[in-house]
Amino acid sequence: MGLLNNHGLIERNSLLLTVGILVVVSIGGIIQMAPLMYMDNTIEKVDGMRPYTPLELLGRDIYVREGCYVCHSQMVRPLRDEVERYGHYSLAAESMYDHPHQWGSKRTGPDLARVGGKYSAEWQVDHLKDPRALVPESVMPPYAFLARKALDFKHIEDRLRTEKIVGVPYSEEMIENARGHLLAQVDPNEHGYDYVDGLLAAYDNAAGREGSFELRDFDGDPRKITEMDALVAYLQMTGTLVDFSTYEADDLDNRR
Amino acid sequence: MVRTQATTRRDNSSLFAVGGILGVFLVLALIMAGQARDAAMETQAWTFVGLAIAFILGLCLWGGDLQDRNPFDEREYEDTLVKWGVIASMFWGIAGLLVGVIIALQLTFPGIFYFPEHGWSNFGRLRPLHTSAVIFAFGGNVLMATSFYVVQRTCRTRLAGGMFPWFVFWGYQIFIVLAATGYLAGVTQSKEYAEPEWYADLWLTIVWVGYLLVYLGTLWKRKEPHIYVANWFYLSFIVTIAMLHIVNNLSIPVSLTGTKSVQVFAGVQDAMTQWWYGHNAVGFFLTTGFLAIMYYFIPKRANRPVYSYRLSIVHFWSLIFIYIWAGPHHLHYTALPQWAQTLGMAFSIMLWMPSWGGMINGVMTLSGAWDKLRTDPVMRMMIVSLAFYGMATFEGPLMSVRAVNALSHYTEWGIGHVHSGALGWVGYISFGALYCLAPWLWKRRALYSKSLVEWHFWISTIGILFYMISMWFAGITEGLMWRAYNEFGFLEYSFVETVEAKHISYMIRALGGMLYFSGAVIMAYNLVRTALGHGEATDAVNLTPAERAVRPLLQPAE
Repeated sequence: MGLLNNHGLIERNSLLLTVGILVVVSIGGIIQMAPLMYMDNTIEKVDGMRPYTPLELLGRDIYVREGCYVCHSQMVRPLRDEVERYGHYSLAAESMYDHPHQWGSKRTGPDLARVGGKYSAEWQVDHLKDPRALVPESVMPPYAFLARKALDFKHIEDRLRTEKIVGVPYSEEMIENARGHLLAQVDPNEHGYDYVDGLLAAYDNAAGREGSFELRDFDGDPRKITEMDALVAYLQMTGTLVDFSTYEADDLDNRR
Repeated sequence: MVRTQATTRRDNSSLFAVGGILGVFLVLALIMAGQARDAAMETQAWTFVGLAIAFILGLCLWGGDLQDRNPFDEREYEDTLVKWGVIASMFWGIAGLLVGVIIALQLTFPGIFYFPEHGWSNFGRLRPLHTSAVIFAFGGNVLMATSFYVVQRTCRTRLAGGMFPWFVFWGYQIFIVLAATGYLAGVTQSKEYAEPEWYADLWLTIVWVGYLLVYLGTLWKRKEPHIYVANWFYLSFIVTIAMLHIVNNLSIPVSLTGTKSVQVFAGVQDAMTQWWYGHNAVGFFLTTGFLAIMYYFIPKRANRPVYSYRLSIVHFWSLIFIYIWAGPHHLHYTALPQWAQTLGMAFSIMLWMPSWGGMINGVMTLSGAWDKLRTDPVMRMMIVSLAFYGMATFEGPLMSVRAVNALSHYTEWGIGHVHSGALGWVGYISFGALYCLAPWLWKRRALYSKSLVEWHFWISTIGILFYMISMWFAGITEGLMWRAYNEFGFLEYSFVETVEAKHISYMIRALGGMLYFSGAVIMAYNLVRTALGHGEATDAVNLTPAERAVRPLLQPAE
């Protein structure tokens, strides 16, 4: 073959070889990734998606920090058994504000895409503290320390602002009041009392409906704002945002 | 040879340049340590300061002691660095495998390393430590050491850049320590195999660009007209990993003095980017890099030319072209648009052919020297690695078929698949290369003990089989249990019943891992004794002329 006989040209020129490699390995990635950035139907049109509240966002940071994604996926596939076990299959829209995504690749534990509201907050706290006290066969590690560790939200405004830079629609009002909103969600009767109305207005508006999150102490200890509060607040809303009563799976816009 | 002024004069500029770069980053790290927003960043910054100071001190002590010697003498190969690479590979290999055994035991007996009041010992933090330690610390050091060895031999010239190859090597070790201690402290961006945070990513980018330049610089001053095939593979590994690393780690730090950053991409785009990266970390870190080892060390050890030059050309270009498309097979049935999933599956199946083409090229290189399989356990290890490579690259395309993936995905089957490739292919070809390198570098007649290599081979092979078979069994069992229905049309099993069903498999897997780990410990012992010149590893100076004739040192390229 003539082509192979001319390969010597590339073998004698390291820059040609380097450029050749770069071109050849770029093609596949460009064709697969670039369209996802601009094709409108990559993400379905849904009602109910909103940015995370400050408390949920920090809870999600703890989920990331502890490597929960290593054992728990957040992606229900459209297969009969999964839909029956976990709930409606996951939509692209449901992780549109997830920087980064937490779809996972392994189910050493069950999928958590729709764990929100499946158990009570009390169950989640007890289970996180000592999984085998509730599920004897579980192999999950214990996370009792989360209930003792105070939540660090000194720089919560910067945290939200960075989300805004990458495209999450936090308003200036949400960013400025992030600290108050956090207090309002986890301590609505005392320290956060003044911010409750603002929190509800901001995030209910964004979701287009009421009641997309709970205002309460989550970890069973109202005196302290802990990492457990944040993590459970996040778990309890996971997969609950999209309003599936208005979602048209067969709509041409939603077919991908 | 006549000593000319040009060859003996020492060029100190690279020494000062490396010192300068380190100094700049030392100051940056001190500022970050002082201003740190979170405790993790404070620890990370001080760790960097400590390591950078140690590096600079070492540089000064070493540089000040040189006097009339020229450590950058163009007439000699830079082999001291390769020796360090062999030591680092073995060290990180043992560490990574040990963490693997620990987390395998944690899944089997969750009471092991049970500290409810601390996070650092939990599976979620140790698992990235294991994967990064074996892939990047062990695998990366093997690739760096062998590539530096091979590029010098096949170009018949010394590594370019004077002190810069040392910067690449030690800079990479600093990255490893930052990443590993960061994981334990919970510093992660949660992208599999790309967990280190933004500042560690930036540091690695600098180190990696240095690696590329050292490599290209060496190619530029080569004394062979042709670039040998192993170098194509090394080059594609270095170039592509740079591209993957930069794109997948695009993120905005929340603060320049904090550990946390936010990924630029979200949701489906982020998932696609992640698995484009994740699959090609397998493709270009764990495959093309180690295929380069195959293309140098197997012919060298067998004393035979590569089976087919034309096949190696076809192998190279088709492999690197097709691999990059395969990522979406990690996202079957997810919210990724189906056209992308289908592309990923189609190219994954096509990938079978170049993979086997490469395997055939490696195995058939032994033509006319098949007896070495029986007589040389190091050769056997490398050929068996190709058998595992062939098996894993058949299993991969199979698992990328959507219907199969519906069963296999999220299960232990994936873990078994990865480990047949990692333990069998990457591990064995690396061990083979290290077994070759130790006597070559330390100029010994042979390894300290051939029978210890036999022990290593058989203990590890049994370990791999335990691992693979138990994980196939566990994976297919849980996959079938998740989708099992009873006669009333309800799901038959709760999730935790499928966890319970894997207990015995987990035990066998942990045993397999322990066997493999034991094999690596035997190997480390063997290499240390080889370097010390004990046993059969007597000094190469005493070689007979016949033995010297087949010695691989200082031979020109193929």
